[in-house]
Amino acid sequence: MTALNRAGWRPEMNAAGGADDSTTFTGNRALMLEEALIFEIGGSETTGVDFDEAAPAADLGALARTAPIGLPGLSESETVRHYTRLSRQNYAIDLGLFPLGSCTMKHNPRLNEKVARMPGFADVHPLQPQETVQGAYAVIHELAEWLITLTGMHSVAMSPKAGAHGELCGILCIKAALEARGEDRRVILVPESAHGTNPATAAFAGFTVEDIPATEAGRVNLEALKARLGPDVAGVMITNPNTCGLFEREMKAISDAVHAAGGYVYCDGANFNAIVGRVRPGDLGVDAMHINLHKTFSTPHGGGGPGSGPVVLSAALAPFAPLPFVTKHGDDFRLIEEENAGEDHPQTFGRMTAFHGQMGMFTRALTYILSHGADGLKQVAEDAVLNANYVLRSLEGVLDAPFAASGPCMHEALFSDKGLAEGFSTLDIAKGLIDEGYHPMTVYFPLVVHGAMLVEPTETESKAALDQFIGALRSIAMRAKNGDPALKTAPHFAPRARLDETLAARKPVLAWEG
Amino acid sequence: MRYLPLTSDDRTAMLATIGAASIDDLFADVPAEARLEGPIAGLPDHASELAVERHMGALARRSRAAGEGPFFLGAGAYRHHVPASVDHLIQRGEFLTAYTPYQPEIAQGTLQMLFEFQSQVARLLGTDVANASMYDGSTACWEAIVMARRITKRAKALLSTGLHPHYRSVARTMAKYTGDVLVDGDPRLEAGTDWAALADSIDKDTSCVVVQYPDILGRIDDMTKLAEACQAAGALLIAVVTEPVALGLIKSPGEMGADIVVGEGQSLGVGLQFGGPYVGLFACKTKYVRQMPGRLCGETVDANGKRGFVLTLSTREQHIRREKATSNICTNSGLCALAFSIHMTLLGEAGLRQLAAINHGRAKAAAAELAKVPGVSVLNNSFFNEFTLLLPTAARPVIHKLAEKDILGGVSLGRLYPDNAGLENGLVVAVTETVTEADISAFAAALKEVLA
Ligand SMILES: Cc1ncc(COP(=O)(O)O)c(C=O)c1O
Repeated sequence: MTALNRAGWRPEMNAAGGADDSTTFTGNRALMLEEALIFEIGGSETTGVDFDEAAPAADLGALARTAPIGLPGLSESETVRHYTRLSRQNYAIDLGLFPLGSCTMKHNPRLNEKVARMPGFADVHPLQPQETVQGAYAVIHELAEWLITLTGMHSVAMSPKAGAHGELCGILCIKAALEARGEDRRVILVPESAHGTNPATAAFAGFTVEDIPATEAGRVNLEALKARLGPDVAGVMITNPNTCGLFEREMKAISDAVHAAGGYVYCDGANFNAIVGRVRPGDLGVDAMHINLHKTFSTPHGGGGPGSGPVVLSAALAPFAPLPFVTKHGDDFRLIEEENAGEDHPQTFGRMTAFHGQMGMFTRALTYILSHGADGLKQVAEDAVLNANYVLRSLEGVLDAPFAASGPCMHEALFSDKGLAEGFSTLDIAKGLIDEGYHPMTVYFPLVVHGAMLVEPTETESKAALDQFIGALRSIAMRAKNGDPALKTAPHFAPRARLDETLAARKPVLAWEG
Repeated sequence: MRYLPLTSDDRTAMLATIGAASIDDLFADVPAEARLEGPIAGLPDHASELAVERHMGALARRSRAAGEGPFFLGAGAYRHHVPASVDHLIQRGEFLTAYTPYQPEIAQGTLQMLFEFQSQVARLLGTDVANASMYDGSTACWEAIVMARRITKRAKALLSTGLHPHYRSVARTMAKYTGDVLVDGDPRLEAGTDWAALADSIDKDTSCVVVQYPDILGRIDDMTKLAEACQAAGALLIAVVTEPVALGLIKSPGEMGADIVVGEGQSLGVGLQFGGPYVGLFACKTKYVRQMPGRLCGETVDANGKRGFVLTLSTREQHIRREKATSNICTNSGLCALAFSIHMTLLGEAGLRQLAAINHGRAKAAAAELAKVPGVSVLNNSFFNEFTLLLPTAARPVIHKLAEKDILGGVSLGRLYPDNAGLENGLVVAVTETVTEADISAFAAALKEVLA
């Protein structure tokens, strides 16, 4: 247990830190429980799993593992306690409003979890004979049909593992299409407001990335874009609704211009939640768009993943879609993979991942979609947009809202740090929100707005919850404008005070070294 | 609709605050020609929990679950017993419904778990450091090849023929567009690996050599000499582990000198799930850490001097470096990493070793029993819990006939290498602790009948 205090904490250090004058023997504070690392509490002989048989002798010669591995074990009771205690140091949607812009932190229905655990979905091997996995193929096919209909697109590639992987899928389709045309276009245009995955993806696939300028109103500058289009431009990556929370009004004109210049239109669909059931990207000239099932269709974010990023495709890009995929023949389903792609899908760019994509996310997303139906999904978009506009208009008097004059926002409201007292920043507002019992909004993204605060309440918040959040954010904004010094050291009531990120990066400790 | 809390009175009041006459006003920026009036045609309306559960339950019953009878599939996804507490703990809302720990003061649960996960993975694979997870083993494998290119500034990767064919396909897809050169091929039906030949083909342009351990045919081998050959030529050795349970019994790739070790962590905690979500493991030597893809969690202190954890070295990542990032990955496999870590904690070193030994023992018993079937032999001279059977006839139709007898009898090489008739008699059979002696007898008896 000594290593609990590896950082060298001493009681008198509290004086410097300020707030903490209530030291306890354990370091716990009532329900706020400290928890040591498994390496500090576990043992190499302890196990929480019983086996029915003794370990048989193995004769693996020189390959046999002899040296200790250094893996601690805990009994089941200790394990349950360890992870339960850790869990209580996390904020989560289940605890309250989680306005993390661009991430769509909406309620995660528990029916979805129940369905995903049905043995016919959860306990099925990806390489089972096709006649034994018709139900799994049926789920993929049914979800695919919904995604195609909701987006008005030609087809969908289901295998991408998350949004960024979906971007890669779309960009590879564009590469393959250009290759089929015998053209070597090297440039992808991406607005500065785009999520970091957009330029990273284009570069990962071997393209050169160039910026598209924005207008004062926070949208793509169509004239500047047109001026840059040419025979070296493979395509554009546009986020719509964009990361400033605005609908790209001229999306169709953008698509037409890109197509006229021989390029393709990739749409980042991370914000599809704002328009699902009300607008079909297929009507806007989009060639490829990923859908984050973990955002719009509420598969749980799991502390960082997993996600799922199916990509809807236009007729122009569909022939290049990756393997494998499912087709329907009467009541039966068939998997198209390497062996039969030759006849059915000869231009495919290939495989992006082992097996068939995020099945566990497909079952959850389909359950969510069926629960809402066409009417419910439309209501989702409307309530998400209504909630965001309510936040925007309730706070624009206290916080600078750079695009408030550009019209209504979509599903997220964007504020800047303009008008805060000298020495106060977006970070201070974020940390102040923590003390009020909220997860902060997305901060410092998009890059085009100084000290950006991107608030996405989602449709699963009640008016009362929004009113309380608005009240809290207003109060913190006032403190930041009035220069309240206590805000500079917030949070004061969280399991940890501000953490030293510089130290972490300067002397990285990435694994237990005890 | 049960998930939408706003009442119509709320909506009216909120519109008034906003100063909009109707919800349509809020969508005014959508051009008229793209606006849909009314719900999209041809789709059903919302449904009750009961109705949805009924529908999904019917679909689930159209598949044969692995647990319904004798089951011997592996080839990159393994069926292990997952203790009940794992699934309970990952469904704690504070884990399940949190996201990437961007605000460390209120995400220490996820961050400490990731630090523990990274430490467990690094120790298991025998490396210094591991990241906070990738999508799966196949994408982790490609990222390792890209990382080796960045480190060595060379672009030729030699892939062992024992690498999982899907992993090879992913690499081939990407290499087509990135300019990387891959030297690869199908495996030969030989008892041992191709690693000696691989060592001989390393040259001054080689960025890395990629081997799988145990490989796609279940073979295991010592990679020490190969690691030395790589080092002598300035190339990196990348080892791919698709069955991490094996490392409870056999030496880790890191111990034998691998520079980067990647893997599929699905075996521990995650379950089969028809191929995903799984959890990619990514580990390497400390000196390469700044070239790694993905998120990394590190230890630090807070303003009061208390130990805490944060995401760190993020200047490698897309949200900071954009087109210069080491990878485009953002969302990873956090919850599957948690499941892996909990399962590993429950096992501990002693439990993992015992689990591994039981797997190996069960596989040896199965291999001996199946080799008694007339015309059938075992290819491998060494294996962990998976081996390749040579049948007197093409394995693929045999698999379907076995399925009719309710036995899922492995993965045929015909499924994995459909263009290579020379491999069609091969059948890859995995035997974990979930397989009983009765299952093995039933498999052997059915195989005998089918081949007769
Ligand atoms: C606008 C935008 N694009 C792309 C992504 C990447 O998606 P993912 O994290 O699923 O890879 C995100 C999410 O984080 C996003 O917000």
